[in-house]
Amino acid sequence: MRYVLKKTATMLATLLVVSLLLFVAFQLISGDPATRILGTGATPESLAVLRSELGLDRPLVTRYLSWLLSFAQGDPGVSYVYNQPVATLLATKIPVTLVLAALSFAFMCAMGIPTGIICAKYAGSPVDRIVMVANQVIMATPPFFSGILLSWVLGMGLHLFTPGGYVSYETSVPRFLGYLVVPCLAIALPRAAQLAKLLRGSILEEAGKNYVRTAYSRGNNTSGVLFGHVLKNAFLPALTFLGMSLGTMLAGSLVVERVFGIPGVSSILLASIGNRDYPVILAIVVLIAAVIVVVNLLVDILYKVLDPRIGEE
Amino acid sequence: MQDAPLSQDKPILAIRDLHLEFHDHGRPEVVVEDLSFELRRAEILGIVGESGSGKSMTALAIAGLLNRHALDCSGTILFDGVDLLHCGRATLRRYQGDEISMIFQEPMTSLDPLQRIGMQVEEALRIHRAELSAAERRKMAIRAMAAAGLPDPEQVYGMYPHELSGGMRQRVMIAAATVLKPQILIADEPTTALDVTTQAQIIALLRTINAEDQTAIVFISHDLSLVRQLCHRVIVMRKGVAVESGASDEVFRNPRHPYTKALVDAIPKVVLER
Ligand SMILES: Nc1ncnc2c1ncn2[C@@H]1O[C@H](COP(=O)(O)OP(=O)(O)O)[C@@H](O)[C@H]1O
Ligand SMILES: [Mg+2]
Repeated sequence: MRYVLKKTATMLATLLVVSLLLFVAFQLISGDPATRILGTGATPESLAVLRSELGLDRPLVTRYLSWLLSFAQGDPGVSYVYNQPVATLLATKIPVTLVLAALSFAFMCAMGIPTGIICAKYAGSPVDRIVMVANQVIMATPPFFSGILLSWVLGMGLHLFTPGGYVSYETSVPRFLGYLVVPCLAIALPRAAQLAKLLRGSILEEAGKNYVRTAYSRGNNTSGVLFGHVLKNAFLPALTFLGMSLGTMLAGSLVVERVFGIPGVSSILLASIGNRDYPVILAIVVLIAAVIVVVNLLVDILYKVLDPRIGEE
Repeated sequence: MQDAPLSQDKPILAIRDLHLEFHDHGRPEVVVEDLSFELRRAEILGIVGESGSGKSMTALAIAGLLNRHALDCSGTILFDGVDLLHCGRATLRRYQGDEISMIFQEPMTSLDPLQRIGMQVEEALRIHRAELSAAERRKMAIRAMAAAGLPDPEQVYGMYPHELSGGMRQRVMIAAATVLKPQILIADEPTTALDVTTQAQIIALLRTINAEDQTAIVFISHDLSLVRQLCHRVIVMRKGVAVESGASDEVFRNPRHPYTKALVDAIPKVVLER
């Protein structure tokens, strides 16, 4: 319990530092939002009025703190460009991206873990060799490319899927999820290949350890040794990879959303970067950072649950 | 020294012309050559020899733990009417942990680091006595742990390997290996990694197990003084070949083979005359 509290405190501190750095960095590179909103022809007086309306005349620390306070209450400010609260702009988009990333993560585990186990169990067999070669190719294929390929084969070729036929979750949740299957495959495939390879290697390494010989000496069969002992030990190195994967999944989602025309965070993020709409960019980046930090916390807790040797002073 | 068990006891394990040969590095490498011996009920048989003489390979062969893919094996290891060297894996598993158990030289790494001690001691019960309830298993495990000299077995039951010393871990290994009171316990240099005091305690424990449960023990060591203290009979191995065997008192008092003589001469006198 103390371990969890300590890790949570570390997580919050990390988030604060990250958000402060991002906030300051965006302030420094943003130039003058008032000029951007009113155009270069605006009078100094009207610029000054807008600046004080936006709170830009206050010191940086004050601005950060007030931003932080309202962010924590679910209000990350007002978009410079759309003249709307950022929260309203993102409200329908964030769930789409999160579902896309989470589903991709699930796909990655569902494909990568069994493949790794099977390849390790039949290491050196033709199955293992073929899968490992295929793995190598898949690993090197970026999601946008496999996305295009998949929608071409599954969509044009097999008619299993309608490219561009996105259905909002507000219309129909099953059809929304159905449309996400192919994009999620595209995001998950390269990471699943990496996970399979990592897990296979880790299982084979554990299989050579002395406790495995002990387990056999008690009358275990191969499955008993694998599922009773080896897998849990072999899973530990994979856990860090799983944690890092969620960040990769989010990044992959942003790209794949473009390929498949999914109205997630991607379109508004790119538009805001083009418009230098910093309140929007800041909100999205801090949210992504928050997701990644929380996932890391979960990974740390999971480590502690799985490995009794961790966190003992 | 103890009295040898009655010599008319018929052997429970008979090894005939055991031949083990690696063929994984291109040229074949013979590690055990034409080895024959018998193990009688309730006897403690020592196997001594310098490192690399094939003792561990012999032990693994009896315990059914050889990697048969990497080895050419011939000869027979007869137990309970079955040739353990050539029988199917399923047959082998019936005996492993139930009638034949093994403990190893490396107590620090021979336990699963992520599994509680109790679960590991009970493992043979889960495999071979599936009909037992969890409570019965726990009772038997704690009894075996107490018999193996673990202080406060109820508490150790819930602990993890990293919380125990090497000596304690070897006791856990012994408890797990003897929880089903096997006919044969193979101990491959079980005290080599331990300090002298712990070593003596483990030796005493093996003697007790042998005396109380009539468990036959194959005790492997390169330490002749230990073998002499513990074993009824001894086999001296060198480069895969048994060069001498006999009652251990006899072999140590009156070594015939020059290799045995050299080994005996290397024992400090103080120990020999004890
Ligand atoms: N995988 C292997 N390939 C080839 N030779 C091996 C292999 N494993 C062990 N050996 C050899 O087998 C011989 C016997 O080893 P071992 O039974 O462990 O000896 P001991 O236990 O008496 O010290 C050694 O000479 C060792 O080099
Ligand atoms: Mg050895």
